[in-house]
Amino acid sequence: MKLECKHVWEHISEYIDKSVDAQLREEIERHLEHCEICAAILDSTRNILVLTADERTFELPVGYSKRLHERLAKELEGPEEDS
Amino acid sequence: MKMKETNEAGLIARILGGEKELFHELIRPYERMVYLTLFSIVKNEADAEDGAQEAVISAYRHLSSFRGEAKFSTWLTMIAINEGRKRLRKAKSAAEESIEEEAEEREGDYTPAPLTDWREIPLETLERKEIREALRSAVAELPGIYRQVFTLRDLEELNVEETAQALGISANVVKVRLHRARILLQKRLVPFLKTTAPARRGFFGRAS
Repeated sequence: MKLECKHVWEHISEYIDKSVDAQLREEIERHLEHCEICAAILDSTRNILVLTADERTFELPVGYSKRLHERLAKELEGPEEDS
Repeated sequence: MKMKETNEAGLIARILGGEKELFHELIRPYERMVYLTLFSIVKNEADAEDGAQEAVISAYRHLSSFRGEAKFSTWLTMIAINEGRKRLRKAKSAAEESIEEEAEEREGDYTPAPLTDWREIPLETLERKEIREALRSAVAELPGIYRQVFTLRDLEELNVEETAQALGISANVVKVRLHRARILLQKRLVPFLKTTAPARRGFFGRAS
């Protein structure tokens, strides 16, 4: 049983990305049905990824976009003369 | 998706044809992506912003060399990564850099934090500053090579192939690094989130 859990953990990331093959997917799902530890690990990992990806977690500096476009506008006006 | 790419190709052609102003429009959907890419490398807001500006200007100057063999977003990410690495080299001594490179060779402990039940932490908890800070510092503490893959895949939502292309590594390495990054985050954040951000208590009649 222990070994089986470890096997599931090794594939947790690919399972989340739905990139495990059909057979492994089925095996993992069967395991998850009766293993509350692996189910909780999977749920917590997914939840953490959703929280991290939310735009409020990594906010852009205030005024970032404005400054970026101002800088770009200057560049578009023409190449800077170095002389 | 197809529509977007076609529009982009059209925009690029017009910019190269002389309608320079359209570059503002071309870049707008990717502002956040460029910043996050820089931030994942330099880990400093001011430096990330400067770097993002440089990367965007550089993309504009080199637009004619974009041939469309990669997606525009991937090409732009590559420019942002180069800019970030350039800044990192300037800031860090060679010794520090090699420590970071070694991280992957080390056999770390990549087992998740065990727990027996997890009650979903709702997005509303992000209104709380300490929750956002905990998430950010957990990401910041990841070894650089893991943080960069995590940023491209999970924050910017590039796919495995695009991430591999942008970082110049194989798809398999992307998968390994992403797996480790996610497990490390789970391990680090579960104890914190469990004690500080319980999902609405009492929801299942468990009110104290």
